Amino acid sequence: MNPESLSFIFLSAFLINNFVLALFLGLCPFVGVSAKRDTAFNMSLATAFVMFVSSTCAYAINLVLTHFDLEFLRLISYIALIASSVQLVEMVLKKFSPALFRALGIFLPLITTNCAILGVALFQTSRGYDFLQSVSFSLGAGAGFGLAIILMAGLREKLELSNLPNITQAAALSMMLAGILSLTFMGFAGLGTTA
Amino acid sequence: MSKSTQKEAPLTMDVFTAGIWKENPVFVMMLGLCPVLAVTNSVENSLAMGAASIFVLVCSNALVSALRNFIPKQVRITTYIIIIATFVTLVDYIIQAISLDLYNKLGAFIQLIVVNCLILGRAEAFASKNSFGKSVISALGMGLGFTLALVMLGGVRELLGAGQLLGYQIFSLNFEPWIVMILPPGGFIVLGSWLLLINYIEQRRTGKLIAEDAASHCTVSPTRSS
Repeated sequence: MNPESLSFIFLSAFLINNFVLALFLGLCPFVGVSAKRDTAFNMSLATAFVMFVSSTCAYAINLVLTHFDLEFLRLISYIALIASSVQLVEMVLKKFSPALFRALGIFLPLITTNCAILGVALFQTSRGYDFLQSVSFSLGAGAGFGLAIILMAGLREKLELSNLPNITQAAALSMMLAGILSLTFMGFAGLGTTA
Repeated sequence: MSKSTQKEAPLTMDVFTAGIWKENPVFVMMLGLCPVLAVTNSVENSLAMGAASIFVLVCSNALVSALRNFIPKQVRITTYIIIIATFVTLVDYIIQAISLDLYNKLGAFIQLIVVNCLILGRAEAFASKNSFGKSVISALGMGLGFTLALVMLGGVRELLGAGQLLGYQIFSLNFEPWIVMILPPGGFIVLGSWLLLINYIEQRRTGKLIAEDAASHCTVSPTRSS
């Protein structure tokens, strides 16, 4: 497959280099919000949306910054951009779906510190993607994040029913589970070279 | 850190040591996991990441603490993030100047220090409420605890994954490296094992778990005006 093609970029961000399980981005919500499947689903939707918005805007901002030779401001402008898109999502949700807004609660503002979102913006810049490639990349990353967190939530819901030794409480077992999930995702590595 | 030194020590000593073990940011509070897992495939990378994080943590907490009476409450998170981003940009360029090789190994994770919840969490939970000196000392302790955790992970992963420590061959050449330890799954599994071990020791010692609510994560308060 051509590593530059849109479908390959999508697939690569979605499965081969899954943002959570292969690149270790966005682990805070991955551990924190994966206790129930429906919260995990809502969280992944909100994250994917913020990812898409911020990556599209980051593309435009990067054009402007490169034009004026201001690359050293990139990080600061990206983070400000992400913070404002999160604020936007917060306002939209509050207006149109107060129930969902309450369900997400504390996790919504925390999307700002989700490294997966900044990761998307930074990677697309460093890899020199054009506009369509950036869009495809951010969609793939959002879908990959959703896939990982929902799989994890499903596993953890099953675990609640089982009798576990005391020491596996808290995050220890989640980490082990994530390790096994990550192992299975390594199987996708055969799909193509790292892009 | 024995118990007796903590009891007799002045308040600042306790503030310093809390971050290293009792409230270790990685093993107890589960903060800043992304760099912990991503760059710890060797001790060298772990040390570099730890040093960069300490620098950003101490500088940003110092500035946040110094400015804590001037930052309006409504925009404090944004202000903290901008302060952190400034120092991360500095570190980014400093590391490029010192060693381009190291910079390429750590990749985007230096820039991603910005979104390390540990740093924002400490700015919000500690530096914004405490005096300058206390914040710096606490940040130093937290940073050292973070580095300790990174090295504990990096050590195990490099030893099992390559048979080396800091580039020196430890196991004989007949040792078949566990490649999986250097790959992403190894990071999760080693961290999980450390947590299990720590839980086990703590349970044996005190009869209760060290991190009763360790699954709760980034402690940034959600109250923001929108």
